[in-house]
Amino acid sequence: MAHRFFTDSEYAAVDAACARLIPTDDQPGAHEAGVVDYIDGLLGAFASDPPLIWAGGPFSGRFGGSASFASFHHLTPLEELAWRTRIEGSLGRPERERLGPVEGLQEVYRNGLAALGRDFVSLPPDEQDERLRANEHFRAALYAHACQGMYGAPEYGGNQGEIGWKNIGFAGDVQPRGYTDEEVSQRD
Amino acid sequence: MTRDFDVIIIGSGPGGSTAADVLTAAGRSVLVFERGRNRLVELEPPYNLITDYSNDEIKFMVRHFLGPDPWLDPRTFRPSEDMGDRLHVGDVNNLPATVGGGGVHADGKLPRFREDDFRLRSLLGPVEGAAVTDWPIGYDELEPFYAEAEQVVGVAGQAGANPFAAKRSGPYPMPPGPPMYGSLLTVAAAERLGYHPYPGPTGANSVPYDGRPACNNCGFCSFFGCPIHAKGDPVSPLRRALLTGRAEIRPDSFVSRIVMRNGRATGVEWLDAEGERHEERADQIVVACGAMETPRLLMLSGLEHPEIGRNLMFHFQTISLGRLDHRTHYHRGRSVSHLHDDHIIPDPESFTVAREAGLPWIKGGMVEHCGPAHPIMEASTYEWGAAHKTMMRESPFRDHLVAMCMQGEDLPQPTNRVDLDPAIRDARGFAVARTTYQPHRHEVVASKYHAAKLEAILAETGAEWTTTVTSPMLDDNPFGITAIAAKIPVSKHVMGTARMGEDPATSVCDPWGRLHDVPNVTITDSSVFPTSAGYGPTLTLVALAIRNSRALLG
Repeated sequence: MAHRFFTDSEYAAVDAACARLIPTDDQPGAHEAGVVDYIDGLLGAFASDPPLIWAGGPFSGRFGGSASFASFHHLTPLEELAWRTRIEGSLGRPERERLGPVEGLQEVYRNGLAALGRDFVSLPPDEQDERLRANEHFRAALYAHACQGMYGAPEYGGNQGEIGWKNIGFAGDVQPRGYTDEEVSQRD
Repeated sequence: MTRDFDVIIIGSGPGGSTAADVLTAAGRSVLVFERGRNRLVELEPPYNLITDYSNDEIKFMVRHFLGPDPWLDPRTFRPSEDMGDRLHVGDVNNLPATVGGGGVHADGKLPRFREDDFRLRSLLGPVEGAAVTDWPIGYDELEPFYAEAEQVVGVAGQAGANPFAAKRSGPYPMPPGPPMYGSLLTVAAAERLGYHPYPGPTGANSVPYDGRPACNNCGFCSFFGCPIHAKGDPVSPLRRALLTGRAEIRPDSFVSRIVMRNGRATGVEWLDAEGERHEERADQIVVACGAMETPRLLMLSGLEHPEIGRNLMFHFQTISLGRLDHRTHYHRGRSVSHLHDDHIIPDPESFTVAREAGLPWIKGGMVEHCGPAHPIMEASTYEWGAAHKTMMRESPFRDHLVAMCMQGEDLPQPTNRVDLDPAIRDARGFAVARTTYQPHRHEVVASKYHAAKLEAILAETGAEWTTTVTSPMLDDNPFGITAIAAKIPVSKHVMGTARMGEDPATSVCDPWGRLHDVPNVTITDSSVFPTSAGYGPTLTLVALAIRNSRALLG
């Protein structure tokens, strides 16, 4: 499958790193949930139009109603400026440097993956953990995104098969069914 | 001189929407400006409701769907003037910038203030370093407007359930929604300890109301727009105003200046989505941008009253947490189903504690019985690695928690204020709001005093452990957090900055929200509050918006 942003080797390295942050145990983890696809979708959000920033509404279709999350919202010119700056970085362009230079997420990942090393994928798990511990700035960004990709709506690319939600017994986007009054008020 | 509208309203949140409703019902034509996008109601007849909101944690809690984008529209922050121009640029207590404003994201706890809240100075006396004052109006005068506001928004509640509540002229328009399981546990424990919890008055429909459906308990309430419009966000008053044919809403339109001549406003200067500058004229201007953006606009317009921006207040949040041995499922229901008010009334022991701290008195705030609901937020609090999986399954910080959040009264301090940042500009090129804020010793002492009581309730509930965090964070917080961002209050209850009063020397606007200096400009948001009470501000600001808009009609 073609990726939106990552090269094949970057994709494999991010997938491997996420598998250390949210590992597979007797339950599936970040690898099985496709967390890397969530991150690829964020970094490559503008590879499609409208970009993969805000999923549609009101219903996902998982609890009735017609599914609308996959229809992403269009951005205004200013919103596009903000999200391109956040993702691509300010790249020396004056309109993106109003508040000073911005390190884009794409750069965070390119630099972070370089710091993890070209051999990261082939390392044993404890050495992968060592490299992640040594790169706190990148690991923090990666972990934040991994949590989003694990427990966010599947339309953003991660949480495939609702693995993240099933792991923790969370129903997810329950509209329009919602919960009954008994489900709200009574002990499970 | 030509003009197309009687009144220009700046801001489409609860204050602006209420003004639009009142003014159009009285035959006036209004133009409502909103800097954010419209995701609430179609702007062409028959004005159907839009369905862009959804149960989506990424969209609402990570990616600023309701705006403002903190990079496009930043604010700046510093705890005090001696700490440099600013220590933080970005999100400073952002309320939504979208049609419907702060009404959209709230879980809509809508209590009235108590009679005493309007007479704090007379009842309890002054506090050194704080500008404690009485309101220029009393509860009795506001009561009919409270009753009307509850009808407009659609409040579900139970009259008589709260022994401390102010006197009411009638029942709530709807009965309360279903109680949340975790809250039933903390409510029972609180009652055993002598407190008086009650179903919190809530702006979410418990039955079909005003053409909108009953809430179905989806749990994506606080921080989210309602996908089925069961929430009492300002959609009803806005839509009613549109249906008169006398209202126009202009989203993506930023008002940069109120134009004034000879002590009267003549109109506004505004920018469209492409950044093109325009002007509109009107006889009257209503300002309802919220307690940070309202003083910013007044200052961008060149007004120089020394009180503009001063006495910025939040609520000092004291959040006590307890872990139970089984699941509390706070992801079902309306975020909060019960409140108790006991901490609002100073008890004899509190006067002793206050005296020992060199204060004349301390006062707490309403306590919300609540718990966390969102797994991405939870996940971010755990360590990575194998522990992540274990913690997420066991869910000590979400699905086993019960919490009490006290919205403590924040005393007005002239040094806590909003002004124009001298260097930072928004994406359209205008100076942003700079906040200078730190809590008074009163809030700190009150928080510690009441936190012990809140933790005792959680222990009585059966919690295995309890702890307390505050916002803003104090230096002795249990997590050793020192980040400047933690000193920015997270309470979205923002007040003060254009306080009302009789005396033009000490207040920005008169008791009807009219600027002393420019009487055809009326404020209908929480900027006008002289003190913060210990209750969510929305119902009170809607009641004031009804009253001030009627006064504007003459």
